[in-house]
Amino acid sequence: MDYFFVLMLAGMSAAMVAGGLAFSFLIAPHRPGAIKNSPYECGEPPIGQAWVQFNVGYYLFGLLFLVFDVEAAFLYPWAVAFHGLGFMAFLEMGIFLLVLILGLAYAWKKGALEWV
Amino acid sequence: MNSAPHIIQIALGAASSWQVKTVSERAADALSSNIWESIAYMAVALAAVGLLITFLGLSLIYVERKLAAHFQCRLGPMRVGPHGIFQTLADTIKLLVKEDIIPQEADKPMHLLAPFLCLAVPVLILGVVPYSPMTQIADVNIGVLFVTAVGGFGVMGILLGGWSSNNKWSMLGAMRAGAQIISYEVSATLALLVVVLFAGTMSLAGIVESQQQGWWIWRAHGVGIVAFIVYVIASTAEINRTPFDIPEGESELTAGFHTEYSGLRFSFFFLAEFINMFVVAALTSTLFLGGWMPFHIGEWEAFNGVMDLVPPGVWFVGKSSFIIFVIMWFRWTFPRLRVDQLMHLEWKVLLPIGLINLLAAALLVLRHLYFFPAA
Repeated sequence: MDYFFVLMLAGMSAAMVAGGLAFSFLIAPHRPGAIKNSPYECGEPPIGQAWVQFNVGYYLFGLLFLVFDVEAAFLYPWAVAFHGLGFMAFLEMGIFLLVLILGLAYAWKKGALEWV
Repeated sequence: MNSAPHIIQIALGAASSWQVKTVSERAADALSSNIWESIAYMAVALAAVGLLITFLGLSLIYVERKLAAHFQCRLGPMRVGPHGIFQTLADTIKLLVKEDIIPQEADKPMHLLAPFLCLAVPVLILGVVPYSPMTQIADVNIGVLFVTAVGGFGVMGILLGGWSSNNKWSMLGAMRAGAQIISYEVSATLALLVVVLFAGTMSLAGIVESQQQGWWIWRAHGVGIVAFIVYVIASTAEINRTPFDIPEGESELTAGFHTEYSGLRFSFFFLAEFINMFVVAALTSTLFLGGWMPFHIGEWEAFNGVMDLVPPGVWFVGKSSFIIFVIMWFRWTFPRLRVDQLMHLEWKVLLPIGLINLLAAALLVLRHLYFFPAA
């Protein structure tokens, strides 16, 4: 039932946006023009497309994010159950975190965390 | 959760015991006997969230402008209605009748889809936030994980909006937003984990109930306050608020990822941004500041008694409003960060602090070292 409500809310938000846009479509003017519909570049005619190859730095941070976010997903069940697990769970997760911290230190030393 | 009568036994004893019951539980109860009652609960929930969004959008934008003005010794909007309170309404009507332009070069389906994604995220989270014991739409049992997962989805709307516009400003803004949001999400998640560790549950209602002896921000021996600070910084960055607003830095990128959006479509991005701010404030107060729990001081029974007189909903709204005020205050206090400073702050400052803080928290929980242990 909880998730049904969540699903309903998703539907509602979509309906809100769609409803608003439909209403706006009915009352707003439509006078498209070649210049109006061109990409906005502060008055200059744009040269080429915007879909170009991008700085590889973004990809690097994407990879780092993936590592640490998946780690967080592993940590959630551990955190919930931790009250009843005792010292071994702490030790095991400590080793897991230590490996990740070492990984972070390695990335740091290699200069992967520098923005260039 | 609703069958636990243990809820508040400190100081006051008998006076207060809160029964947590969510709207979805009511609907589920009514389902077997009277299906119409169940449907009525659903309708009420939808209407309530719809009204809440509208109200938040209208009021927060007004508050932001007024606060900004007063921080700079200006008056802000004054003309439309007394002290300009209808200014946002007027702006909404203006945006409604504006022409909706889709650039020729844009990827049209994606351009249309982006505002939907952007608004869906905060709305979904609003559905699981415990506003008061009686006012919560659905208490998802994986609450915190749900919030992180859905919150992380928000970046899709922004990336899609920026990419599909086929505009260089939008593209740059979207890529920056993507890098920033995913980076800071790591720290926010680690900070939330500290609370999950202490509370031993991911359900948001359960976390609020776990704070009856004291809010996690100070009950957790310093670890809580570090997590709180990390979370506030990281989530300010996640919702692209100043000083982390380089994705839409108007002095360099015109309007960032929503440069090509006009009329009502633009206003949905704007609305999502403000509702996101409320969502962050609500989550911060739920997880760290005790949600709807009143403020209690140890053995001061008279003081606690007075505090209990304030209804839980008011506590929640008060705490959330305070966090919203702080986030708006940030905007007029800190200058915008550069991209390399931004990445430096996250990966070299917040992330190591977050990891070590998490280990320290685990150690504290292991040794049962927290203030005001349960009686």
